Amino acid sequence: MKDNIVLEMKNIHKSFPGVRALQGVDFKLCKGEVHALMGENGAGKSTLIKVLTGVYEKDDGEIYLEGNEKAVVIRSPQDAQNLGISTVYQEITLCPNLSVAENMYIGRTSSMLRDWKKMNADAEKILKSLDIPATATQELSSCSIAVQQMVAIARAVDMECKVLILDEPTSSLDEQEVEKLFKLMRDLKKRGVSIIFVTHFLDQVYEICDKITVLRDGKLVGEFEIKDLPRVQLVAKMLGKEMDDMSDIRGEHAVYAGEDAGLSVFEAEGLVSDAGIKPFDFHIKKGEVNGFTGLLGSGRSECVRAIFGADRVLGGTAKKGGKTVKITKPLDAMKQGIGYLPEDRKRDGIVGDLSVRENIILALQVLKGFFRPFSKAEANKFAEEYIKLLDIKTASADTPIKSLSGGNQQKVILARWLLTHPEYLILDEPTRGIDVGTKVDIQKLVLKLASEGVSVTFISSETDEMLRTCSRLVVMRDRKVVGELSGDELTQSMIMSTIAGGDKE
Amino acid sequence: MNAKVSKKFSISELVMKLVRHQLFIPIAALLLLAIFNLINDPSFYKVTLGYSSTGDPVLSGYPITILDFGSELAILAIGMTLVTAATGGQDISVGATIAISGSVVLRMLCGPDGRAETMQMPIVVAFLISCVVAMLCGAFNGVLVAYFKIQPMVATLILYTAGRSIAAWINNNRLPIVKEESFKVFGGFIPGIPIPTPFFIALACIILMTLVLRFTNLKLYTQAVGINESSARLNGLNPAMIKFITFVILGICVAVAGLIKVSRLSTINYSVVAKDIEMDAILAVALGGNALSGGKFSMGASILGAYVIQFLTTTLYKLEVPSDALSAYKAIVVILLVVMSAPTVRKWFSDLGKKLKAKASVKEVG
Repeated sequence: MKDNIVLEMKNIHKSFPGVRALQGVDFKLCKGEVHALMGENGAGKSTLIKVLTGVYEKDDGEIYLEGNEKAVVIRSPQDAQNLGISTVYQEITLCPNLSVAENMYIGRTSSMLRDWKKMNADAEKILKSLDIPATATQELSSCSIAVQQMVAIARAVDMECKVLILDEPTSSLDEQEVEKLFKLMRDLKKRGVSIIFVTHFLDQVYEICDKITVLRDGKLVGEFEIKDLPRVQLVAKMLGKEMDDMSDIRGEHAVYAGEDAGLSVFEAEGLVSDAGIKPFDFHIKKGEVNGFTGLLGSGRSECVRAIFGADRVLGGTAKKGGKTVKITKPLDAMKQGIGYLPEDRKRDGIVGDLSVRENIILALQVLKGFFRPFSKAEANKFAEEYIKLLDIKTASADTPIKSLSGGNQQKVILARWLLTHPEYLILDEPTRGIDVGTKVDIQKLVLKLASEGVSVTFISSETDEMLRTCSRLVVMRDRKVVGELSGDELTQSMIMSTIAGGDKE
Repeated sequence: MNAKVSKKFSISELVMKLVRHQLFIPIAALLLLAIFNLINDPSFYKVTLGYSSTGDPVLSGYPITILDFGSELAILAIGMTLVTAATGGQDISVGATIAISGSVVLRMLCGPDGRAETMQMPIVVAFLISCVVAMLCGAFNGVLVAYFKIQPMVATLILYTAGRSIAAWINNNRLPIVKEESFKVFGGFIPGIPIPTPFFIALACIILMTLVLRFTNLKLYTQAVGINESSARLNGLNPAMIKFITFVILGICVAVAGLIKVSRLSTINYSVVAKDIEMDAILAVALGGNALSGGKFSMGASILGAYVIQFLTTTLYKLEVPSDALSAYKAIVVILLVVMSAPTVRKWFSDLGKKLKAKASVKEVG
């Protein structure tokens, strides 16, 4: 049994200023297994991975490889790679302006001279064998996010690794792509590669993994065989308490009972932007939660960006509360009481070096105007209020937002828009890449806002999440609105068949 | 026991905090220079009160020189800090635009032939006209950077190259001379006050900027744009406009510095006036611990940085380093500065700090 162990981490400690990210964590990985690493945001998953791959230096603890008595020293990602540990991170860490083949081979050839033809041919072969829809000479940035992610995986796979770490590889993939990835993972497993799989998707864990290690608050909760740990218990272990909030929330649609309940808050007709979507019609009523659904790349984000004026609007009309309004830039939309939480938190959401406080007040401050800054006391009051309200885990309001965990960053962005007291809030993938607990928090918050009369458009790649929160869904396919579902039509199968299309219309 | 340990920790943490503070590098550099001069030759600090040709009291000595010329630099550092923060790039046309705005002042005061006996208009009006011209130069740079998305250094290279020729052309390549003494006030002394006027002008600029930063959102906006332009836009900001405005503000700073420069000589030398001053201004921003790649900034640190740079220059002059060799010596400082603020060196320092801390706590426990 001992010989079977590929990797063992013992008593790993790691602290950052103000946070003890890992406190004596053990981790064992056997040959040819897929091992899920689970935990809420801030549980220490990413830190453990980064210690293993040499991105962070551990404060204490040992790492053993393949049953060797001697602990290995991993000081840099290069070291890790040489030891056969490859990683695909959640955020893509490739060079977008290089070609696909260059990205796959960058930093791996020892000689300065390289045979471009051979490199491209090799890359082409790998891409084909993994069924990745890209060509070797294509510039990486011209591929979709999903394909870029797969190229990153292809790069790692080709490094003849013993341990492959997949840090949330599926968060930007659609179902077919996930299926392809799983096929690939099973292949690798047969070849004896051990895989550490970090994900928030419970379904995927139960579909592909053999074992689960659960972390909570930087400590090890335990290692479990998949068959011994039912889902409910896994969630309970991750959250540290027995709870069935997930079922609590199910089917409980928001009910707004104000007098103006049926009135339309926002309407769009023939709206079209330069992001390549077909003109679409849209409306949302007061206190309503609706959503855009469709496969990745179907244009759901582009629609809400057009509503908010984030992309250049080329045509169509928008009406706010029955009056025609002109929205050509985000500020116009904000002045109409519209808030927008963008899909890509890192690129479009956070202002990394600024403090949590400044990130919270930013939108309201811009609305208030250049010549009327909030006093320090006011800003602090707002920040403290929302840090408490949304239970944002941060050392203080002065902490730079970039040092918070993903889920807490998302809460800060949410706080930013809540502070503007929007009439209409657009949330594009607010729950992507964040833990189960925060997901439930955000879903509950959406329903609470709606019951207070705020209209919300909610976008998520998890359809059950949308079914739980939305009372009406706009379905998109190929950058076109292809249907609208509400009431009894709101079922998984109905959504699937509408997305898939056919000749019913 | 516990209290003792935590006290020990708080002291070492305080030291760490101090080292990490943005003002640490400029203050450390200032102290280093001050101590060096004290050891080398204490007479460096001698300030003497004398009388000018008009019989007014004037102070002189190296510290006064630093105050005098450092002030020019401080004014420029204000604008350069904003441009750096918003665009993540620098304006290298500052020296050349000083030549332009200075030339405009002289053209206005001395008339078309440059030989008028009396000033042709009030100095204020001439200055305001030069202000407009300098702001237009800034606007030109700003348009290229903000709307045409050209890299700041490349965009400002245009005026860097052409500026001095334009300055000469404004006065038909003549060298106008202002003959009235009252014009000398801005680069010299106010009658009755022994401290150089540039210091008061800089002080006024600093106070004005402090008020602007206090009563507007200029700081939040420029920082947000410099850190994450895309996010800033989605929060309703207009990043292009903000970048543009920072260049225009730098234009105003340039006009003020230009007035001081021509006032010092009552005339202008197109090819050498304010030569390489942009490099000193950029260096002041960097010495202040501000990232040249933009984002968060500290205005105070930049201003302090400006005076430290002048301290260095004056020290080198005192050591009789020929002015041509000056840049070579400054380069050494730049190297030190860049290395000191490099992430790897910073990490090395913080690791060292941690080790010391660990040792201290071990001792404490033992």
